Amino acid sequence: MSILINNSSRIVVQGITGRSGLFHTQQCREYGSNIVAGVTPGKGGIHIEGIPVFNTVAEAVKYTNANVSMIFVPPPGAADAILESAAAGLELAVCITEGIPVRDMVPVKAVLKQSKMRLVGPNCPGVITPGECKIGIMPGHIHRPGKIGVVSRSGTLTYEAVKQLTDMGLGQSTCVGIGGDPIIGMNFIDVLKLFNEDPGTEGVFMIGEIGGSAEEDAAHWIQEHMKKPVAAFIAGVTAPPGKRMGHAGAIITGGKGKAEDKIRTLTECGVTVASSPTKMGEAMQTAIGAKGNGKKK
Amino acid sequence: MNIHEYQAKEILNSFGIPIPRGRVALTADQVERAAKEMGGRCVVKAQIYAGGRGKAGGVRLVHHPEQAQEYAKELFGKTLVTPQTGPEGLKVRRILVEEAVEIAREFYLSITLDRSTSRYVLIASAEGGMEIEEVASKTPEKIHTLTIDPFLGLRSYQARQIALQLGLSGSVCEDCVNLIQNLYRVCLEKDCALVEINPLVVTRAGWLMAMDAKITFDDNAIFRHREYPDMMDYSQLDPLEINAGKYDLAYIKLSGSIGCLVNGAGLAMATLDVLKEFGGEPANFLDVGGGATREKVAEAFKIILQDADVKGIFVNIFGGIMRCDVIAHGIIEAASEVNCTLPIVVRMDGSQVEEGKRLLTESGLNVQCSDNLGDAASKIVGMLG
Repeated sequence: MSILINNSSRIVVQGITGRSGLFHTQQCREYGSNIVAGVTPGKGGIHIEGIPVFNTVAEAVKYTNANVSMIFVPPPGAADAILESAAAGLELAVCITEGIPVRDMVPVKAVLKQSKMRLVGPNCPGVITPGECKIGIMPGHIHRPGKIGVVSRSGTLTYEAVKQLTDMGLGQSTCVGIGGDPIIGMNFIDVLKLFNEDPGTEGVFMIGEIGGSAEEDAAHWIQEHMKKPVAAFIAGVTAPPGKRMGHAGAIITGGKGKAEDKIRTLTECGVTVASSPTKMGEAMQTAIGAKGNGKKK
Repeated sequence: MNIHEYQAKEILNSFGIPIPRGRVALTADQVERAAKEMGGRCVVKAQIYAGGRGKAGGVRLVHHPEQAQEYAKELFGKTLVTPQTGPEGLKVRRILVEEAVEIAREFYLSITLDRSTSRYVLIASAEGGMEIEEVASKTPEKIHTLTIDPFLGLRSYQARQIALQLGLSGSVCEDCVNLIQNLYRVCLEKDCALVEINPLVVTRAGWLMAMDAKITFDDNAIFRHREYPDMMDYSQLDPLEINAGKYDLAYIKLSGSIGCLVNGAGLAMATLDVLKEFGGEPANFLDVGGGATREKVAEAFKIILQDADVKGIFVNIFGGIMRCDVIAHGIIEAASEVNCTLPIVVRMDGSQVEEGKRLLTESGLNVQCSDNLGDAASKIVGMLG
């Protein structure tokens, strides 16, 4: 079992004719993902790598029954692309695009509250259900099918965590990169809820970083509702305040968003926090091992 | 992206928000002339990309043009250290000379993104002139906030409620309603991550005026504001950070000796953490981007080497889709070009990793490879003793 995507997901790629859009379309298809359509305004009617291209998402849905979108549209048009996929009635959009202005995302977020579509990202590596379906830019080969759910604000640090899990024999049910921007679609709690209800997931690994309070919010939710063991890692313990560490969201301002506060809150809420980025797999192992003795509910 | 106080005020003023009469100066003579224009008695304000200037000696009320000139001579080229600059401080290159205004009351006003609601939020307080974080932690009841609906905008009645909470009444209250709505227009039209007036004052004559202002632009929105790059004062930035920006690399100078080259922001932060854990001190944060290219890796490598404090280099690339042999070529190319003899530890993962390691090992560089993050970190720390 898995969450969000599986081998019956029918994928439309928005921005398929761009350089990275096309490259990752090919990579996802090689992994086994079912790419049924592409969308690039003005290029409707052509085929690219045998995939039909449409002018609009609505057309793509009409002719191919696509239900999930993977978005590679550049920043100026990306917010519009998300809204278009929601208007076309898709179940899920995974937006890889990095660098969308906050002003564009504020109304998008407000629209999505009224929509049935879920959004993962933007500025994220995507979603993968190992062995079934990959929607994003992550390297497929480090993943193994299994029972650990992974949710992360990071990109390559997620790969590091997944590799450690795989090396320890801990396969993954689904890995979700929620993205490093100040405004994102699904947050930690939205993804944790799905893992909590997924019979194929037995434990969750969560990767956070400095900035904001999403990790603290997740910690409190876990303490209240999570039925499965959770382990976590928080990047940026040594980050200096006031400096934006790459991600637009990763900044300690006004004494808020510090890694140590996040780690303390997570620990208090029963999450096993890895003391080092080299010990993420171990922390997950410990959390699963402690299940039954230490875990409440 | 930050801009100076005087630039922020010019923007506010262009949206109808009153500011004191003033002039920016690049030399002490210009300061003197500006002071004469203001009538002698004026405020001389150092322009740096940080707050807390008053306490650091960067702002002074002077009474005649000669005094302004004298103070300006002292100020130009001086390094101001404030709680917001870090210990290295920032050099004063520009000075704002403003008319002295008789102040009756001071307030705080700002608009920024509230991440918990994903909406812009207006923050107001009658405790003007103070650090808002301090007010928020000591006397949270003195902070008034208003979450802005993106579709309805900031309505007059909402702005009026805030103005009344600040204790304003009569025509000043209505002026404040206009000012608040104009501030929201600035925030949207200029793509601000933060627009702040602190203090907003009521003058003795009963006028509202932005006495100090700060604007931070959303870096992601620079593509639709062609004027922004020209507004940047590069003297306020670390030269290595400027150079990195040209190649779209996220680089932050730190105080240690181990240069770091990593792909991805989260992994780059985790790399700093692991180096510290093993007793090393990172010289920088550097993210070449999730999908690093050969050219980017080469440029990143050169930027790291420009930092004289760097005694060794730690490369941590989780290639994934990017091939490790391509990354290796980038490292070798850059290292040979600048004759780098420093010890290098490379931790690479992803496709073509064996070929990448072979290329590095046979390159003649002082390089060691490792498959494991902890092992690699202990190696570089060990090599630097």
